[in-house]
Amino acid sequence: MLEIVRTVPIDYYVYLSTILFVIGVFGVLTRRNAIVVLMCVELMLNAVNLLLAAFSTYLSDAQGQIMVFFIMVVAAAEAAVGLGILVSIYRNTKSTDISFLDNLRN
Amino acid sequence: MAQYLFLTLAALSILSALGMVFSRNPVHSVLLLIFTFFCIAGQYVLLNAQFLAVVHIIVYAGAIMVLFLFVLMLLNLNKDTEPQKSTIWRITAGIASGMLLVTLVGALRGGLQVAVPENANVEVGLVENLGQVLFTDFVVPFEIAGILFLAAMVGAVLVGKRDIKA
Repeated sequence: MLEIVRTVPIDYYVYLSTILFVIGVFGVLTRRNAIVVLMCVELMLNAVNLLLAAFSTYLSDAQGQIMVFFIMVVAAAEAAVGLGILVSIYRNTKSTDISFLDNLRN
Repeated sequence: MAQYLFLTLAALSILSALGMVFSRNPVHSVLLLIFTFFCIAGQYVLLNAQFLAVVHIIVYAGAIMVLFLFVLMLLNLNKDTEPQKSTIWRITAGIASGMLLVTLVGALRGGLQVAVPENANVEVGLVENLGQVLFTDFVVPFEIAGILFLAAMVGAVLVGKRDIKA
């Protein structure tokens, strides 16, 4: 059995992932730069990845780690498309401030 | 030993994630997020998921964050003058995410009974084992992920083009 499985309870990983996820939520709610908001989404995805990997190791089941790979795939695709959209928004509005992106409101 | 490493990495990752959220300069945010990702990669190494740790460094620190940094530099946003949301909004967001933290911790506390298998396979995170699972049980999702990447690539090029001739 791994040393980490013997000495660290799985709860610690749950708490760590929860805290990282909540920091990501806070960043999404408070930041105005759209690029930083996307980064906070990446942080939330990573918190979930960490928890999946932890449970995968504790239960010695490889499926959790495979799921982490697919989440990484989705994150990479999301970052590429999101940044493409941001660049084209910047070209039109000359800013990446999400407060100005309310054209659909009225 | 392992638990001290875990606690150190956890504290560092939480601190640098907080620094990312609170720093005014977007470039500092990117660098602190890269540091957070390195701490998470350290956790993967501790969990004996070495292949995951390497892929995490390559994909996140090597590709995604470089892309973010590149866009920041391209749009020339590396200034300290990012406008802030109003104080009342920030307090509300702090309370809301604090409530989320309390709810999640309260819901998950003590309720976890993970029965670690006696004959646990320590080598579950090594390349051989993961490749075996990925290319047998998960071969259809793997191919679909390839199609997703193709679609994302085409979409990013299409969105990024300046003007599309009809």
